Amino acid sequence: MSNKVSTNTIEALLFGAGRPLRLSEIRSLLENNGITEDLASIKQSINEIEVRYEGTSLEIKDVASGYRLQIKQDFSGCLSHLWNESTPRISKALMETISIIAYKQPVTRGDIEDIRGVHVGTSSIRSLLEREWIKVSGFRDVPGRPALYVTTKQFLDDFDVKNISSLPSLPEIVEQDSEAFLSEVI
Amino acid sequence: MINVTQKQLEFPMVMGQPYETLPDDLFIPPNALELCLESFSGPMDLLLYLIKKENINILELDVSKITDQYIEYIELMDVLQFELAAEYLVMAATLAEIKSRMMLPKEQFDEEEEDPKLALIKRLQEYQRYKTASENLANLPRVDRDFFVASTALPKFEVVTPDINVTAEDLRDILHEVLSRPDLKSNHQIDFEELSTQERIQIILSILAKRNIISFSKTLRKSEGRQGVVVTLLASLELAKDGHLELIQNESNEIFLKSKGRIGNE
Repeated sequence: MSNKVSTNTIEALLFGAGRPLRLSEIRSLLENNGITEDLASIKQSINEIEVRYEGTSLEIKDVASGYRLQIKQDFSGCLSHLWNESTPRISKALMETISIIAYKQPVTRGDIEDIRGVHVGTSSIRSLLEREWIKVSGFRDVPGRPALYVTTKQFLDDFDVKNISSLPSLPEIVEQDSEAFLSEVI
Repeated sequence: MINVTQKQLEFPMVMGQPYETLPDDLFIPPNALELCLESFSGPMDLLLYLIKKENINILELDVSKITDQYIEYIELMDVLQFELAAEYLVMAATLAEIKSRMMLPKEQFDEEEEDPKLALIKRLQEYQRYKTASENLANLPRVDRDFFVASTALPKFEVVTPDINVTAEDLRDILHEVLSRPDLKSNHQIDFEELSTQERIQIILSILAKRNIISFSKTLRKSEGRQGVVVTLLASLELAKDGHLELIQNESNEIFLKSKGRIGNE
């Protein structure tokens, strides 16, 4: 059974942060306050808080950047009316672009264009960079040295998953025979 | 390019029959252009939509029919968004190529070359994977849309302002210290010297030519000030070094310049 004081302090930290906190981050924040806990007991405290939250509107989620206190999805409909401006809609084209980056990373803009069959504008790459959903991981060693894009932890946080493999799996091409594929599609 | 295609399309021949009317199931909504731009993310998307909508047997895959429908759509789009239409036109050209190949006898296919129809199907398959994936991704709960991060108003923080223990004397001392720091960043300003040593040498020589000896102070002009003293001293030292005059100092501390030769007269 972990210390009640530190459990409450951890809850306060998660509440106050409004963003995911790592176990190590929590540990050093506690240390600053003269509370020494190891990572395992911090994790245990988080589990206790989770148990305590059962049947309430809150939950603790383990996402890419750490543990995050959030409101259960059941209440989203109610909450969304709190803000007049709805979150900017993400276009179908932008969703395709981010999906190709997520499943095929690292990719260049040219790779995305090859699959989508359209020119991928600087603006769509920039908007993903501004959301901090993607970042440049390097440059492909070919003429022109195009930038290679990968997804970020922020992207995973915002889609409520812990890692890339937790994303829905990429559909496989089941049909070995292309003609069979077409006849099915048609 | 479009115009040429359009003329050809006026009476397309399908299976030897003139094909004069538009297919009944070709859905062209009143606001077609807007719909196209908004609902299709590219030519692949549009093509996939048209293929799905058609119910044709694979053996009779009517690329020509798909092509016709496809071109109907891009003509609508061409009106406004030319840049976008360009990519759609590339696809139209690909379709037209496939269509023309199908009209050729089989033997004329280059074995080594990849069948463009097969290549297109592969691209469509690949595209469809990511299209489905993107739809799955769009359905995932997303922050600030489907779920919200919990946070709370923070408690009042106790603001600790440390006392500053500084006296007026400390301030004065600090200021003094700052002011007395060597100004390492100052620039050197180099001026022309107003009084020339060369000129003074000539003056002293001309004086000594008239009288053999003169006290140092008598050669000075009050108006020249300290700089005049320096220049005269330099000139005297220069002349003494070259052996033109002798510097003599008696008990009264006065310095005399005494001519050694008669150079000034020569």
